[in-house]
Amino acid sequence: MELTAADDVITHRVRRGRRLNAYDAAFRSLTFASALVVLILLAGVIIALIDGALPALAKFGPGFVTGEAWNPVTENFGALVPIYGTLVTSAIAMLIGIPVSLGIAIFLTEFCPITLRRPIGIAIELLAGIPSIIYGIWGLFFLAPFLQRHVQPPLIDAFGNIPILSDLFAGPPYGVGIGTAGIILAIMVLPFITSITRDVFETVPAVLKESGYGLGCTTWEVVRYIVIPYTRIGILGAVMLGLGRALGETMAVTFVIGNAHRISASVFAPGTTISAAIANEFTEAVGDVYKSSLIALGLILFLITFIVLACARLLLLKLGSRPSL
Amino acid sequence: MNMQLYYRRRLANRIVTIGAIAAAAFGLLCLAWVLWTLIVKGAGGLTLNVITEMTPPPGSDGGLLNPIMGSLIMTGMATLLGTPLGILAGTYMAEYGRYNKLTMVIRFINDVLLSAPSIVIGLFVYEIMVLQMSHFSAWAGIVALSIIVLPVVIRTTEDMLTLVPNNLREAAAALGAPRWVVIRHIAYRAALSGLITGVLLAIARISGETAPLLFTALNNQFWSINLNAPMASLPVTIFQFALSPYAQWQSLAWTGALIITLAVLVLNIIARTLASRQRTR
Repeated sequence: MELTAADDVITHRVRRGRRLNAYDAAFRSLTFASALVVLILLAGVIIALIDGALPALAKFGPGFVTGEAWNPVTENFGALVPIYGTLVTSAIAMLIGIPVSLGIAIFLTEFCPITLRRPIGIAIELLAGIPSIIYGIWGLFFLAPFLQRHVQPPLIDAFGNIPILSDLFAGPPYGVGIGTAGIILAIMVLPFITSITRDVFETVPAVLKESGYGLGCTTWEVVRYIVIPYTRIGILGAVMLGLGRALGETMAVTFVIGNAHRISASVFAPGTTISAAIANEFTEAVGDVYKSSLIALGLILFLITFIVLACARLLLLKLGSRPSL
Repeated sequence: MNMQLYYRRRLANRIVTIGAIAAAAFGLLCLAWVLWTLIVKGAGGLTLNVITEMTPPPGSDGGLLNPIMGSLIMTGMATLLGTPLGILAGTYMAEYGRYNKLTMVIRFINDVLLSAPSIVIGLFVYEIMVLQMSHFSAWAGIVALSIIVLPVVIRTTEDMLTLVPNNLREAAAALGAPRWVVIRHIAYRAALSGLITGVLLAIARISGETAPLLFTALNNQFWSINLNAPMASLPVTIFQFALSPYAQWQSLAWTGALIITLAVLVLNIIARTLASRQRTR
């Protein structure tokens, strides 16, 4: 009797162990399947976009990318104008955003009193929390009129007689346009570039900086000759991450770009970007070719941003840094 | 001592100091300017009508009840859909396959998806859902938002589980606890506030998203909680009303903008406080 009771206990325990192991395997498979969803999602996005873009790509061929036309009536579409707008607005954003972001990062790591570091850092990061559409409505009703009244006219006057610059800053001052979109984008990428560069600046060993100061360097010389060379890969990664954001930004740009399918030399002229064209026209696009052309634009945007973001992440990975932005 | 060189170096240093301070001031000024305009333009409209009345036809007064409800429903459902999936995926990456090749690939792609343009997600969901069902629906909006939730939750879950000390897991394993019990009762419990942070950040992220809703959930001028029909949301309503020529619509757009921004900023600050508490523990 005693033996059987002991046997019972043992078989019971063995069974329980097996059941627990089965649970373990099931849970592991469940988590594994969930992780695979990420890969399925990426493949799904690419396949769905290619599938949707096929009618347009079949009709226009590779010429779609270089075509300048955008005519819903004759159903003739080309991606050149939106691609141009996307690249130019992002370039302006980088031109303004990079020096300002680096300035803030330098301020936060070198000049700022320690008690103010955290609050100012958080305030700058809150800029990233404000939704895109809020920047859009603010840009349309406040920033654009401000630029139209106080910034654009003096620039147009100042550069009016200088050959190349007069084309670049040609009037009339609409307020909305490529340049305004670039400025909004610059403000929007500020927090991203600032927070990553500040983090990589803080990885510079104190000994290096102290030896600089010990040799009699000024703060700027320490930053210029020690901090920036030491962190250049990280800075590049941060900039490219910001660029990836700027390229794909939609709502803010849609409000202030002016939505005109044309290429102008002037930064004050209205234009369009890939994302703005899709946001504006997609629900109203009639006909397969029109819709499909917009999806093809989306595919191009996804590929460009994917490459830029992937390069940014790879650069930052080299430093062992994985910003969660 | 070469005084000229000294003066030049000092001047360069002063210029950079002033430049850096100006840059920081510019950033803070932008934040202040945006928040200030939201308060000035939006606070006046913050009356009880906003949450008791529907969006009005052009030219009359009304509120934002249907878009607020729509935003709450879609944000809530998307969070419910994306969070479990994200936590499970993050669990695999931190607990089972932390050093796998496959995990490295997933980690990398997830990081890229974290900052991928949301309008492309809208197009994707349009292709796979709206076209198949042949009508716009709140479900499509929910799926689009949950696709944005997913990478955020995966990332924070993985980070926070990685922070849990291995001693805790070893102690539980030494007592004979199988892996999934260790994960459920030790790792999740130790990382709980971090996991909540991820969910809060994800909610903050999607509650202001407009682009993925434009051609999935579309918009709805009327009260509707039918998930198979188009549904209004605050961001899309702001988009439509702000660009309209009607004064009442524009002022409702500003009020909606103020509500969203306050909600998002509060969520961000709570998430931040939770996260820093988790890290210092």
